[in-house]
Amino acid sequence: MAADLRGIVIAPPTRRARLSGVYRKLKRWPVVPVFLLGLVVFAGLFAPLIAPHDPESGDLRERNIPPAWSGGEQAIKTVVERVTINERTTSVTLSDARVSNPNAQIGDQVKVFTRPEGSTKFLLGTDHLGRDVLSRVIYGARISLLVSIITLAVGGSLGIAIGLMAGWYGGVVDEFLMRLVDIKLAIPLILIALVLVITLGQSLWIIVTVLCLFIWPRFARQVRGEVLQLKHMDYVSLAKVSGASTPRILFIHIFPGTINTLIVVATLQVGIVILLESTLSFLGAGVPPPTPAWGSMVADGRDKLAGGVWWISTFPGVAIMITVMSLNLFGDWLRDTLDPRLRQLE
Amino acid sequence: MQKYLVRRFLLALVTLVSVSLIIFIMSRVSGDPRHIYLDDYSTQEDWDRMGVVLGLDKPYYQQYGLFLKGAVRGDFGESVREGRPVLNVVLERAPATMQLGAVAFLLSLVVGVPLGILSAVKRGTFLDTFGKFVALIGQSAPGFWLGIMMMFFFAVKLGWVPPYGKQEWNSIILPAVTLGWYYAAANLRLVRSAMLDVMDSEYIKLARAKGVNSRTIVLKHAFRNALIPPLTFAGVTLGALVTGSLVVETVFAWPGLGRLAIEALFAFDYPLLQGVVITFTLMYITAAFVVDVLYAYVDPRIRYA
Repeated sequence: MAADLRGIVIAPPTRRARLSGVYRKLKRWPVVPVFLLGLVVFAGLFAPLIAPHDPESGDLRERNIPPAWSGGEQAIKTVVERVTINERTTSVTLSDARVSNPNAQIGDQVKVFTRPEGSTKFLLGTDHLGRDVLSRVIYGARISLLVSIITLAVGGSLGIAIGLMAGWYGGVVDEFLMRLVDIKLAIPLILIALVLVITLGQSLWIIVTVLCLFIWPRFARQVRGEVLQLKHMDYVSLAKVSGASTPRILFIHIFPGTINTLIVVATLQVGIVILLESTLSFLGAGVPPPTPAWGSMVADGRDKLAGGVWWISTFPGVAIMITVMSLNLFGDWLRDTLDPRLRQLE
Repeated sequence: MQKYLVRRFLLALVTLVSVSLIIFIMSRVSGDPRHIYLDDYSTQEDWDRMGVVLGLDKPYYQQYGLFLKGAVRGDFGESVREGRPVLNVVLERAPATMQLGAVAFLLSLVVGVPLGILSAVKRGTFLDTFGKFVALIGQSAPGFWLGIMMMFFFAVKLGWVPPYGKQEWNSIILPAVTLGWYYAAANLRLVRSAMLDVMDSEYIKLARAKGVNSRTIVLKHAFRNALIPPLTFAGVTLGALVTGSLVVETVFAWPGLGRLAIEALFAFDYPLLQGVVITFTLMYITAAFVVDVLYAYVDPRIRYA
């Protein structure tokens, strides 16, 4: 006899159960990193459409305006006819005083803004030249994306080609490659980049060249290791026996086997490339100004910090951090998913 | 062991010579240095005389030979900006960089290793999450920005430490934390995953079954084996600390080699720049060599491979 199930109601999931379901999904899928990366890519692609202001020109009268939520700063000053440099902190001219207080007279004590209130016109404030920080952060995504895509394409291909050859031929070629990697580790590449920029002038191509020199060994080593394993596979021997040429074996038979790990390496390397690119522009060796790049924006705001102007440096840095963090999280997830051999115990 | 050491030493030498060659080529490719030292009022005679003094009248391979010969004796020429031998200027600045690097390196170990062990042992707890957070920030935030933000907060706002320079004992805190954070993060991740790996092994299970208390297991049995990956990484770290010092010393006006390099660069002081780059390379190679030797000492598998 079947049990009588009438009258049994399945309870709807409680709020807590639903929340823990969401949490589990967030843990399993890299929702947040992918969303943030999407945001950065979107900002880079459509910068002219979404940026509220021109990133490269500003009105000096609107310089150093704080972010929209900031209340500004006020101080009580004496209204005088003429302000000398020494009295700047204690007195104010009549016309300036009347901006905030229309009835001000000479000799009055008035409350005036020493730093303007933030306004919704400039959501993240303006920099020392009156340029909108938000627009510059949005446009800054372009440079970072452009540099990392070109670097990845050129440096990655170079590394893959060298890695394939070193792994396949072994011997002297392999030894030579490993020495190159040693040398690359020993040279302070940032210094080399700076020397190049100083002598040849700032340009996108110099940055990309240096970054390519920086990242190829990582790809080469990874591919080499994979090739060393794959070249003893039966299907490779079969291809050899059936008369396939070496390039064909390397590119059609072996290379596809390395793609999974390469995707992981590439994702993590993009983060490093973005960090390096911003470091170069911070040191003054990035794309030439006034093109907005995150690193040089941080440098712009550096000497304004002592005066309490914190927003010029903070926001581009946050943008770099969010981008790199998302790439790292996404790369970790990809590694766990695509290549169990690389998995760190979690 | 001896064979291994000799091989490592020869390889280090090869690297050093290659780097010197690269530096030499770069200094020649970047243009005739006389354009910088001489102005429009100099005559052809001045030009030629300067060429003889700098050795520019000889063919390139001889110039490189002279450069090497000088470098071996510690003679990198005279700094244009300071009018003194490059070696003296470099030696003056080197201690500050070494100090900063050493403190940052220690910091990365003192913070990274224990946090790594704890987050592996207390996996999934608040401590683990905290460790992951520290590591994520360290690996994602650019050093120059982190430094500037800490400077703003701890020096400008709170006034706890001096914002820049190297006068008081506590001025080293911010630069060292900035420089060390990235490596602390890397150490944390390495130690954590190595610990998880080791804690899963048979001999740990045996120790547990024997009834050894967990403190002894973690500290005596597991930790020693979990030290190998961070030790490997230490070699890379020491080298990269050099590059990091370029940025951090610029941010905090720390009077070390990194800042000297930037100063030399913007003053077109090529002899000085060459000297600094060679010094950096030498520091890296020495550190890497020492680590390799230590490594072989700790892990017998390397010695006999």
